[in-house]
Amino acid sequence: MKRSSFLYFRKLLPNASRRAALRNITVAAVASVVIAPVLLVIPAQQTQAATPDNMLVIANRIDDITTLDPAQSFEFAGSDVIRNVYGKLVNFNPGDLNAGYEPDLAESWEVSEDGMTITFTMRDGVNFHSGNPVTAQDVEFSLRRVIMLEKTPSFILTQFGFTKDNIADTIKADGNTVSITTDKKYATSFVLNCLTATIGSIVDMKTVMANEVDGDLGNEWLKTNSAGSGAYKVVSWKPNESVTLQANDDFYKGAPAMKRVIVRHIQESATQRLLLEKGDVDVARNLNPEDVAGITGKEGIKVHNELRGRLMYISMNQKHPVLSNPKVVEAIKYLIDYEGMQNSFLKGQYTVHQNFLPQTYLGAIDDKPYSFNIEKAKALLEEAGVGEFEIEAGVREAQERIEIAQTLQNAMAQVGITLKITVGTGKQILTRYRARELDLYVGAWGPDYPDPQTNAGTFAFNPDNSDEIKATGLLAYRNAWEPGALGEKTAAAVTEGDVEKRRAMYEEIQREFLTTAPFAIMFQQIEQAGMGDSVSNLVLGGAITAASYWPVTK
Amino acid sequence: MNQAHTTLNDSGTSRGMRGWLTADIPRSRWQARASAWYHGWLEFKANRLALLGLCILVALVLIAIFAPWLSPHDPYAQSLSNRLLPLGSEGHLLGTDSLGRDLLSRMIYGSRITLYIVALVALIAPVAGLLMGTVAGYVGGWTDTVLMRITDIFLAFPRLVLALAFVAALGAGIENAVLAIALTAWPPYARIARAETLTIRSSDYISAVKLQGAGTLRIIVKHIWPLCIASLIVRITLDMAGIILAAAGLGFLGLGARPPSPEWGAMIAEGRRFILDHWWVATMPGLAIFTVSLAFNLLGDGLRDLLDPKSHSK
Amino acid sequence: METPSAQAEPKSGDGVSNNRRSEPPAPSATTASGSRWFLIKFLKTLGSIAITMLGLLFVTFIIGRVMPIDPVISIVGERATKEVYDAAYQEMGLDKPVLVQFLYYLGDVVRGDFGTSYLNGRPVSEDIRRVFPATLELATIGTLIGIIVGVPLGMIAAVKRDSWIDQVARVVALVGYSMPIFWLGLVGLLVFYGILGWVGGPGRVGIFYVDMVPPVTGMILIDSALDGQWEIFRDAVSHIILPASILGYYSLAYISRMTRSFMLEQLNAEYVTTARVKGLSEWAVIWRHAFSNIKVQLITVIALSYAGLLEGSVLTEIIFAWPGIGSYITTALLSADMNAVLGGTVVVGLVFVCLNVLSDLLYSFFDPRAK
Repeated sequence: MKRSSFLYFRKLLPNASRRAALRNITVAAVASVVIAPVLLVIPAQQTQAATPDNMLVIANRIDDITTLDPAQSFEFAGSDVIRNVYGKLVNFNPGDLNAGYEPDLAESWEVSEDGMTITFTMRDGVNFHSGNPVTAQDVEFSLRRVIMLEKTPSFILTQFGFTKDNIADTIKADGNTVSITTDKKYATSFVLNCLTATIGSIVDMKTVMANEVDGDLGNEWLKTNSAGSGAYKVVSWKPNESVTLQANDDFYKGAPAMKRVIVRHIQESATQRLLLEKGDVDVARNLNPEDVAGITGKEGIKVHNELRGRLMYISMNQKHPVLSNPKVVEAIKYLIDYEGMQNSFLKGQYTVHQNFLPQTYLGAIDDKPYSFNIEKAKALLEEAGVGEFEIEAGVREAQERIEIAQTLQNAMAQVGITLKITVGTGKQILTRYRARELDLYVGAWGPDYPDPQTNAGTFAFNPDNSDEIKATGLLAYRNAWEPGALGEKTAAAVTEGDVEKRRAMYEEIQREFLTTAPFAIMFQQIEQAGMGDSVSNLVLGGAITAASYWPVTK
Repeated sequence: MNQAHTTLNDSGTSRGMRGWLTADIPRSRWQARASAWYHGWLEFKANRLALLGLCILVALVLIAIFAPWLSPHDPYAQSLSNRLLPLGSEGHLLGTDSLGRDLLSRMIYGSRITLYIVALVALIAPVAGLLMGTVAGYVGGWTDTVLMRITDIFLAFPRLVLALAFVAALGAGIENAVLAIALTAWPPYARIARAETLTIRSSDYISAVKLQGAGTLRIIVKHIWPLCIASLIVRITLDMAGIILAAAGLGFLGLGARPPSPEWGAMIAEGRRFILDHWWVATMPGLAIFTVSLAFNLLGDGLRDLLDPKSHSK
Repeated sequence: METPSAQAEPKSGDGVSNNRRSEPPAPSATTASGSRWFLIKFLKTLGSIAITMLGLLFVTFIIGRVMPIDPVISIVGERATKEVYDAAYQEMGLDKPVLVQFLYYLGDVVRGDFGTSYLNGRPVSEDIRRVFPATLELATIGTLIGIIVGVPLGMIAAVKRDSWIDQVARVVALVGYSMPIFWLGLVGLLVFYGILGWVGGPGRVGIFYVDMVPPVTGMILIDSALDGQWEIFRDAVSHIILPASILGYYSLAYISRMTRSFMLEQLNAEYVTTARVKGLSEWAVIWRHAFSNIKVQLITVIALSYAGLLEGSVLTEIIFAWPGIGSYITTALLSADMNAVLGGTVVVGLVFVCLNVLSDLLYSFFDPRAK
């Protein structure tokens, strides 16, 4: 009733004034609708810019960084930073990675006759960023600090028998030499290879101790600051955003050409590519195969390929009654479409590799006995007599891994195996993997230091398989696999002093592993970095180490 | 009721079915109710946008039902040599995805998942909200305070975070996604139901029922619920789009359906890697999500005009 | 008369975040007047905020504890030995009962200590000071766009009801409600940055401007202006404009719909009719009467939509690599970095509750029916 009377009155109203009011509102609205796009266009001219000549800007995923303290850092992006900030006793030359370790802060070294003590002589005239000279005292401090702090990567040194109680005797500075004594004789190459890892970084004792809080040996301060002697110093690290490095012009090998290096966290491949194409970054490190194909041949952009150490594998939990059948394990190795994946969604970024030592490692072999063969798998499953069954695979939410899992799922469906894929965040899946709850795990493994032991010691070594021991760091343990004699051979290989004999031992271990282990190693990573044409000499570290920025020119 | 109805009455001749439906003086309760529905329908029909929304949704339901007959391929069949085919490829109208699966077929099957999620959430959330709201509103006192405080706590939560946390706790999967979305969707219903209950509670009608000796539970279920439902339905329809977007968001973050389910949000996530060179892989499922949620919004908007007396037009 | 806009459903940045906080707060029935009324109201409000926040914390805490993610892995990494793992486990207090852990945590929070993030080992409060301004900046500009476009659009739609422009406004709004925002962001980035090159890319500023502005407020637009670095300011504008427009579109859809419905109610009211009959010009009727009457309601709606954007539009932030609080909480959540999640949730919850209370207060002050 109310409404109809209103309508009645409205009809009586003169229309002119209403129109005037309307016009005003319309003008206001139109104006604002027009202004918004104009705002969009104004800055357009400003966005086209190249990075400055003496600055290297890298797009990368750096959300894995938890600390920049070399005694604690254990992630890919963190080791890139630390390699450029800290010197080590021995190090790899980015110009010739295949040459192996060579002198860095130590000028030379000697091995005692019993093979247990290595004495390093320090290089003269090298200074930390603070101006303090690099001395044997600093080396002693840095290595002892690793043992005292007991952070995760400390096992790389403690595996040589260093403990808090014995470091006073086993890690000792004397004048301009420093000596380390292991608990037994190890291959010298093994010990020195371990010292090239991030954990072997030499920190500036005076600066670090000046920033000590509550006896933490500067751990808190070093999280976000640096006290090294390397080519760069840390300006800032903003988690999930960026790391900024400033050149150390007094670097003993000469001032780096790039005065500032900024590594910016960019999650998406497409975004990294756009930034690269626009010249907003010099290097894009996480391009997927499609984006690499997209930039290939574009003017001003090149693609750099480098074989890295990361392996992609599928593992089968031996707690599962069906998967513990060796025939089933073998059948699954035939259900993986190695070639198909390598040539499609992994194209250019993974190469088929079926052994646990990455190519370029001592003892690496190139045997590839397995290929995609449904018939063979079917026959093996029939032999095993397991019938149809269902298993669960855990995958972290990275598209390429989900696709590997789905490809396997597709093949398994053809032989009567139902594969349930559980996707979760890295931490979620890892939690279950470590608790030995997953039937199948589709994942990646990167070596911790450039010695064959790094992978042999986790894939083929598991001295105690009981649930209580919780040796969750070992991949063999996570899959409840007892390598038996293979484990003993692995333990023996680390003490072999003769390089050729050692090589032969690893080859033998891998050949046996290949046929018996519940691991289907599938691929080795090839990193494809897109970069501006002018960027040269950027080495990402190959299979053995991290990226080096100091030789880069633009 | 209002003018629109009268005019329609005039134009409709008093013959046959329509005559019965539009009779000025209904002869039975049933006729009155049918007549009201018919009038509603006539008014609704006049809203072309709402009608369009309804048509899209009917089509979606049909597509979901007849998916096996409509889709040209098996949505799960892979072919690594035929991956990322462009739009309009032979045999693959919308092209193929990264594993060479037919996108059109996957989208058709995906409609089932979408409908499943929407239907389940639309069942769970309002019922939970209704229960909380009516109990709080009717019983009052401490119960009211406590229940409403709980509602407030859930309201103050960042929604996506709550849903994410829930899915993270239970593990990915459609059922858990449904529960997570329902968990974040119920508080507004509780508030609406409480507000309605408060106005109804003191009415003579309820007092009369109470005098007849009806128990609290009986009054809530039998007498208050029916009265709250109209406003809830409008609200649900308007929320459907939000539910679809929420589900797609979870799928996009990898926390929705398990692979290889062709869930639309997950399809966008899969295709987003190729957005620059193979834009259709992510764009097509995005369009599907958009179309369906737009349809729900159009329908909801129309229904609101219809059922909410305050916004009546004409 | 019931409260207006029973169907108010603010939709914030992400699909998921829509339809929370529904109707404007119910008018209080208090009869006491003046300052006493205000004091009681104020105390009550404070109490309810405290209880809500406590509940929020508790629920988040429980979620964090039942989540099948091992937070220790975040600290020690996946390759830690058992000894390292156990030490960290005890250091984090995970061996104590959940309730005890919660009380400890609560004690710390009361003292203003949100703990350290497991993920990056930094104080959570420091992280929040860094990420919240980013979200604040984005949400503010998004809401401004929503207001500047949405209010006039809603007004016209109401005044010219059922005309073509009303239909257009309706479609614009409904399209805004229906768009999967992460998809819109993706496509927007592709078109405006990738193809047309009109706007800056993801992130808050161009890469080589990172760290060039001294942080005062943490909002780059303001900081660069304060510092007189106009080049960086322009660059920051070019980066913020696309994500802000997308969020703005979302809030525009909501604001314009609500404006329209408020205006309709006013225009249908008897006093407007009376005013018209008295011969007032339409302009005066619309602006002086109708619009001034909906101002308070409008503020409520805007506040709610603002709160929605402030809780961090997770998906938008992810797509645009925007280091805001939404993506911060999400990342933390998925790594079981519970200190960070709790800290973030408290801040977001507090902002939401406060904005709600603020609009509630405004409402009861200005609306005569509410007293």
